[in-house]
Formats: sequence, structure tokens, C-alpha cells
Amino acid sequence: MGSREKKSGVRSQESGVKTPNSGLSTQNLNPTTTPLTKGGKGGFVATRDAYGDALLELGKKRKEVVVLDADLSGSTKTAKFAKVFPERFFNIGISEQDLIGTASGLSLTGKLPFASTFAVFETGRAWEQIRQTISYSSLNVKLVATHSGITVAEDGASHQAIEDITLMRVLPNMTVIVPADGIETKQVIEAIADFYGPVYVRLGRSKVPVVMPDAYKFTIGKAYKFHVGKDANIIAAGIMVSVSLDAMEMLKKEGIDAGVINMPTVKPLDNDTVVEAARASGLIVTAEEHSVIGGLGGAVCEFLAENYPVPVKRIGIKDTFGCSGPSDELMKLYGLTAEDIVRTVKEGLKK
Amino acid sequence: MSQASAAKDIAFLKEQANAVRIEILKMLAEAGSGHTGGSLSAADMATALYFSKMRHNPKDPAWKERDRFILSKGHAAPLLYTVLALSGYFDKSLLKTLRKIGSPLQGHPCSKLLPGVEISTGSLGQGLSIANGIAMGLKMGGMNSRVYCLLGDGETQEGQVWEAAMTAAHYRLDNVCAIIDNNGLQIDGPCCDVMALEPITEKWDAFGWHVIDIDGHNMKAIIGALNEAEGIKGKPTMIVARTVKGKGVSFFEGKVQYHGVTPTQEELKKALEELGENGK
Ligand SMILES: Cc1ncc(C[n+]2csc(CCOP(=O)(O)OP(=O)(O)O)c2C)c(N)n1
Ligand SMILES: [Mg+2]
Repeated sequence: MGSREKKSGVRSQESGVKTPNSGLSTQNLNPTTTPLTKGGKGGFVATRDAYGDALLELGKKRKEVVVLDADLSGSTKTAKFAKVFPERFFNIGISEQDLIGTASGLSLTGKLPFASTFAVFETGRAWEQIRQTISYSSLNVKLVATHSGITVAEDGASHQAIEDITLMRVLPNMTVIVPADGIETKQVIEAIADFYGPVYVRLGRSKVPVVMPDAYKFTIGKAYKFHVGKDANIIAAGIMVSVSLDAMEMLKKEGIDAGVINMPTVKPLDNDTVVEAARASGLIVTAEEHSVIGGLGGAVCEFLAENYPVPVKRIGIKDTFGCSGPSDELMKLYGLTAEDIVRTVKEGLKK
Repeated sequence: MSQASAAKDIAFLKEQANAVRIEILKMLAEAGSGHTGGSLSAADMATALYFSKMRHNPKDPAWKERDRFILSKGHAAPLLYTVLALSGYFDKSLLKTLRKIGSPLQGHPCSKLLPGVEISTGSLGQGLSIANGIAMGLKMGGMNSRVYCLLGDGETQEGQVWEAAMTAAHYRLDNVCAIIDNNGLQIDGPCCDVMALEPITEKWDAFGWHVIDIDGHNMKAIIGALNEAEGIKGKPTMIVARTVKGKGVSFFEGKVQYHGVTPTQEELKKALEELGENGK
């Protein structure tokens, strides 16, 4: 990996300053891909917005793409696709179980269905339909849910999915992907369209910092190493990637060499990278905007316990429900800030 | 009740519904997020229940003999919070804390945090099943309390609603009275465009319910329907209340975009003027 000074180029994007990504390590980049023109130029993008754009592009390229929603197309951003391709868009109404079943049926006729609603309702309300029909028969249905995690904010616990990764990860045949930002989301949508099989993609409501380089190429099952640290390594997904990068900078100032690994594919996990991170530092911290039970932290712990036991600390929501409030305050309340990661890394290093 | 006192009761309820709308708008403007349209469309029904029809005791929310109210369309939380506050379950000043950190007034009702809320809701389609279960339990216990359940019209697209519809009819739950807030709108547009619901009354009738079709903003009709329901034996009752989303504020009425958008300060001022509350 390149020097850590170079990594700071990533963070400056968050402040909205336009920075070319020349400062980034190119180790994980695929030079044959054309760099994305949008994003990577700093600022904030909600992953659901990136989804709406990516879906529209995909629809233009592939006639077999059909999109289904359950009365939330404005929020999930599938409305963009619906506007251009009304004949390939189906609003199923407020009936998530029917949404999943209908998407399944469409896939059986060779269509490529993307079914979207809020993560709570998609993975919770229709879980058994997903298990029985999509997962068991390994159908080519893409479940792309938005409004995951506590950053749903004021709507409160009923609308904050903090167990969806667990619910989807436990299903055989299911691939589970948690994009970190808008750039990654676009890449993920393209990649899963080319992949045959059931996929769950977890997106958010709020705008999140753009952290991935322009030329980043997402591959299912591959982690992205921002930096591999010698003291500790933070394995993060979703919005916690940007928070972890902040923590990395703070730790660096205190002379602690902590790495950050973006693990967008929670299943199948990038085992090689997990071992590499564990071997390099001997301390792993996982970070996700999700319950600490059964999500990314659970996946990493399960793998390491059997294959390369090292101490692991899990950052996430600690077996409790969310609540109403502004996103940033909730992130503090539930211990999901850079300061929380810094403290956790230091605690882990003390032992 | 004499005709004169019934008329007085109606006049009082109308005024009360107006007061309820005023509080809903104020709390939503303060919160900056929340569901305006569906709280206003159901305001008359909730007012009739809490200030006239239901037996309940704000000083003893767990009173065994109380009638129950299940807000299946949980996003109308501001409406529920307002009728609870104005009934005396908690101080009105708490309404200002809607959706703020640490408030018992969550974005969607939470029974663990707020006495008076029978059950947490917010995920649509689940309330009627819960109402049925309560109704069964009450009957088993020999109680004559009634169970009211308020649903959105879009909400009835959920399959569970129809599962519950069968259960209530099958078990002859005549202590269940459900109300559909038939405002014709959901989030992505008019219900008829998103997922057609009509014929609504015929569907419930076919499912074995006693159906009453009313103007959901006519207080006399609401009270009349609730009274009629009480007299029906051997069947549950469904009141299909034809309403206007955003009712009471001219520039919110019938507008799909005000489902989940709150009034700006300017809109609040205009809305309060329309409701006859001038900087009180
Ligand atoms: C199971 C479930 N799916 C989706 C939602 C998101 N949602 C909240 S309100 C709403 C529309 C409700 O429409 P309607 O029932 O007609 O309510 P009203 O018009 O009275 O506001 C939707 C889809 C939800 N809360 N629960
Ligand atoms: Mg409606």
C-alpha cells in the first residue's frame, strides 16, 4: 500500500474539496475500467440516489431489467427508472410479500428483476418469501433496499433496519452487499446485474461522504484496502467506512497505525483479506451501522474464530432498538462515531 | 340522549376536532418531519372516539374495562399523540418533543415509552390482527369493552389486513370496529393508480363484515356509525370513512405530496388562520 500521507487525499474529498484520486493507492484498482465521471470529486451522495441513477443506466443497456417497488418509489429512487421505462416498472402497492413473490415470478420468465422498498419491510416483512422462493430456488432476483440503519433518523425504530444484514446473510445462496458510498453503489448495481443469483444490497437514506476513488472497480467478494495497519485494522462496511477513515487519521496523530478495510461484500466474505488484516495487526475492529449480532462483525468473528483467532472488537448497535432523532445525534448515541472507534481501538491495544 | 344535547355534543366535537388539527400542525412544524396529510384526514374520527365514544381513563391508561384504540396506520402518530394529550394522558407541552432524541413521542407510536398507546405500530397492515386478538381476549374474559382500529386505505393493500378480515368474521368479533381512512391517496400517488382498492365496501361485505359507508368529516355521521356498530351482533363492523387527505388546511387538501411533508413556519401561520387560531 502507498504511504499514509497519500490516504489523506481520500479524506479531503469529504470537505467537498475537489481532489483527483492520484494520491490513492492503486493496488486494488483495475486499470482497464474507465473511471467513473461522477462522484469521487468530493461531497456527499446518498447511496439511494446513486442507485436511482445506476438503475436508469442499466435499464437503458439491458431490456430484461424490470423494477418493482412497494409504494416507496420516490424514496427508494426507483421512480427515476419508472419515469423512463413505465412499461418495465411495477408498483405493487403496500404489499412487500407480494412484491417479492411477483419479482420471483418475473425472474422465472428470464427477466432481471430489481425489487426495492425500505430495508425493514423488504427483509423483515417478506423474509420467509425471500427464503422460500428466492433463496431456496436461487432465483436471479436483486433485492435492493434503502433506508437501512439508524440514519433513517426521525421515523424511529419501526423504520430503522438494524438486523437486515443478519437476516439476509443467514440465507443459503444469498449474496449480501453493503456499499460504502455513491461510487461503490453504481459499481455494485452494474456488477450484480452481470451476476446470476439472489443478491441483497443494503442502501441508506442520508447523504454520505464519497470515499472510493474514481477508478475503483467493485468485484463481488473482494474487499478494498485503504490501508493495512500494523497496530489494528478496522473492517467496515457502509457509512462506517468513512467514519473509520476519520478514526484512522485521528489514531495516526497519536502514533497508532490503524488500517481501514472496506468490506462491501459481507457474504461471501473476503476471507483472505480478513486474514491478511489479522496477521498484520493482531487486532481487528469491525464497524457497521447495524446490530453487532450476526452482521459484518458476526461474519468476521465466525471466520476468525475458526481460522485465525485474534482479538476482535465490534462497533455497531448493541442489541437494542434505534429511536427517533437527527442522524448525527443518533450516531453519537449508539456509539458509531470516529471517537468511538478510536476509543475501541485503544482499548483493544491495551489488552 | 335528547336531540338538543346530541346536537350540542356534535358542536363540541367539531370544535374539538379543530383544536386537534391545530395541535397536529403545530407539533409537526416544530418537529420538521412527520406525516401531515394522514393525521389531518383521520382527525374527526379520532376526536369522536376519544372525546365521545370510547370508555377510557387518562388517569389510568391500563384500566381493564377501557375500550381500546389501535392506530394501525402508525404514521398518523401526531394525531394519536394529540388526542391523548388533549384527553389528559400527558401534558400538552410534551407535543413539542415529537421525534426528538429522548422523547416518548417517537416518529411512530411506541407503547413501551408512552402510556395510552396500546401497541407500537408503524409497519403497516398489522393492527387489525392485534385488534382481533385483543377482542378475543376481552370476550374470553367476559368484558364488554370494544376495540377500535384505524387503517389507511393504502394500508389495506397489505395481505395481512385481509387475513385479519377473515379472522374477525370467522370468530364473529362484534366487539371489533375498524375504520378505513379512505382519503384516496398513498405515497406514490392516488391509490387507484398505485394499486386499485375499489370496490372497498363490497370487499368488506364479501368478507363477512357489517359495512357502513360515511363521510369521514361529518361528525354526526361518524357518531351515528359508531353507535350503529355497537348494535351489530355476530359480525365485526367496518366503517369506510370517505375523507380528504390534509383536511382542514386548504393548501394541503387532496395533495399527495403532503403525505410526509410538514408545514413551514409560513404555511403554519396560514393554516392556523384557516383554522381560526390567530396567534393564541
Ligand atoms: C409495511 C409497511 N410498508 C411501507 C410503509 C411505508 N409507508 C408509510 S405510510 C405509507 C402510505 C400509507 O398510505 P395510507 O395507508 O393510505 O395512509 P394515509 O393516506 O392515511 O396516510 C407507506 C407506504 C410502512 N410504514 N409499512
Ligand atoms: Mg390513504
